[in-house]
Amino acid sequence: MKIEIKEKADIKNNTGQSWLYTDKVKEHFFNPQNIFKSDAEEKVFEKEADGIGEVGSPACGDVMRMYIKVKDGKITECRWKTFGCASAIASTSMLSEMVIGMDLEKAKKITPKDILNQLGGLPPQKIHCSVLGDQALRKAIEDYEGKEKK
Amino acid sequence: MNEKKKAIYLDHAATTPVDARVLKAMQPYFSEKFANPGSLHNLGLEAKVAIKEARETVAEIINANVEEIIFTPGGTASINLAIKGIAEQKGKGHIITTKIEHPAVLDTCKYLEQKGFSVTYLDVDNDGMIKVKDVQKAIRKDTILITIMYANNEIGTILPITEIGKIAQKHKILFHTDACQAAGALDLNVEKLNVDLITLNGSKIYGPKGIGILYLKKRIKLTPLIHGGGQEQGLLNGTENVPAIIGFAKALELAQAEKDKENKRLIGLRDYFIKKVLTEIKDSFLNGHPTKRLPNNVNISFLNVEGESVLLHLNEKGVYVSTGSACSSHKLEISHVLDAIGLVHDAAHGSIRFSLGKPTSKTDLDYVIKQLIEIIAILRRISPVKITMKEIRNKVSKTFSQCSEETQK
Repeated sequence: MKIEIKEKADIKNNTGQSWLYTDKVKEHFFNPQNIFKSDAEEKVFEKEADGIGEVGSPACGDVMRMYIKVKDGKITECRWKTFGCASAIASTSMLSEMVIGMDLEKAKKITPKDILNQLGGLPPQKIHCSVLGDQALRKAIEDYEGKEKK
Repeated sequence: MNEKKKAIYLDHAATTPVDARVLKAMQPYFSEKFANPGSLHNLGLEAKVAIKEARETVAEIINANVEEIIFTPGGTASINLAIKGIAEQKGKGHIITTKIEHPAVLDTCKYLEQKGFSVTYLDVDNDGMIKVKDVQKAIRKDTILITIMYANNEIGTILPITEIGKIAQKHKILFHTDACQAAGALDLNVEKLNVDLITLNGSKIYGPKGIGILYLKKRIKLTPLIHGGGQEQGLLNGTENVPAIIGFAKALELAQAEKDKENKRLIGLRDYFIKKVLTEIKDSFLNGHPTKRLPNNVNISFLNVEGESVLLHLNEKGVYVSTGSACSSHKLEISHVLDAIGLVHDAAHGSIRFSLGKPTSKTDLDYVIKQLIEIIAILRRISPVKITMKEIRNKVSKTFSQCSEETQK
């Protein structure tokens, strides 16, 4: 289903904080990139993935899982799943776009700030929502490297 | 139909639009009958008479005397005046309240704890219901006030105010109820409710914002909240907000007159919506009491999705709701009410409150259900969390998924 993007969504939560998202955040939230289109696709990708990493817990809110395929030291494909707010979803989607075609060594060094910059920033109380993606990615890379050593 | 132009407002528990009849009643008091009710000339007198009549209307509706009605700048101000006003008069003592009160009550109580008062925050059960005998048990020799809400704003549960009032009377303890959410739907007869103080708010009953009342039973002494020119028995000084007072009285009059018919209509819609959503969307359940709930309140948890994501998707479809899940500076948090009813955090994050109102129609709700089905499916597709209803029912409770260090960074 295609979701059209409106102009500004000025959302306030019950503590009255401003929830102004950049267009980039909304773009990724409403049209997330590199997601599984079906259960069948997910099953196949999960089997073929070279590394999978997950961080977070639903009790605290955010859970992120990254799946990567690697060739010649570069990430060739990436899929992800995220449980969380709009910022968390947008951050992971953004990250997935950033890492495709990237060297593993460079990918390991991605920081939340890099993701934030790509998104054009997040509301202050939402910054923490972007910190899990890079951790999940590093876990996925570690998973891949661990398998390689064997 | 152009979906983009749709606007289905399901956030009436946050605030209601002003009824056209209320607005009409208020209109003359901005620029024509604008004078200060404290002025001695005819124009001032005109405003003074208008306030007097508004006060009489309100008094009659809640079965009180005119001198027992204090107009305030809204629900929060009424609550502050009631609780702090009594506490300051008594100087010290113990207060009984619940864990599911509005922050206006909870934060006022916390403030008083810092000032040396002690406070008991009563537990509620999984439906948000309080046990009357718990109130009885919590009473101490030095208890000065019981303050318990009439109906909860998040989950809609209606509390047994009349029975609690009886206990308070028996022990000669003052009893205040925050009836902001209840005002449009429930009985407000202060004699029947056995209350000494009631807080009502205009902005929840299709009246203006920034106006409320505190019903204050005769001979109860309060310390003023705002000192000044002697208005409202010297408790809330400052020139009266005449148009808002007129609007409040009109709104309350209409709300109570149309209550029975509108309640019936809303309960029909509410139960239709709940049943349909729970049938159409698996792994979802209702929060709050199944029957003892406000006619307009629906609060549903959708497993494995997060509330803000649902809210923003609905927003994009022109549907306006609220959620009990919110980001604080460090992590995703759930509301104190969902926490108090013992909802596991994993499920509380996916809670959405739909509060219906006068403009809500069955067609609106059918549209919302249709959108909701798609939105939940989209979000579940990208969610790595797969909690089942069985796990929720078995109530592994908060221990079933602890916050790990990495998420708290």
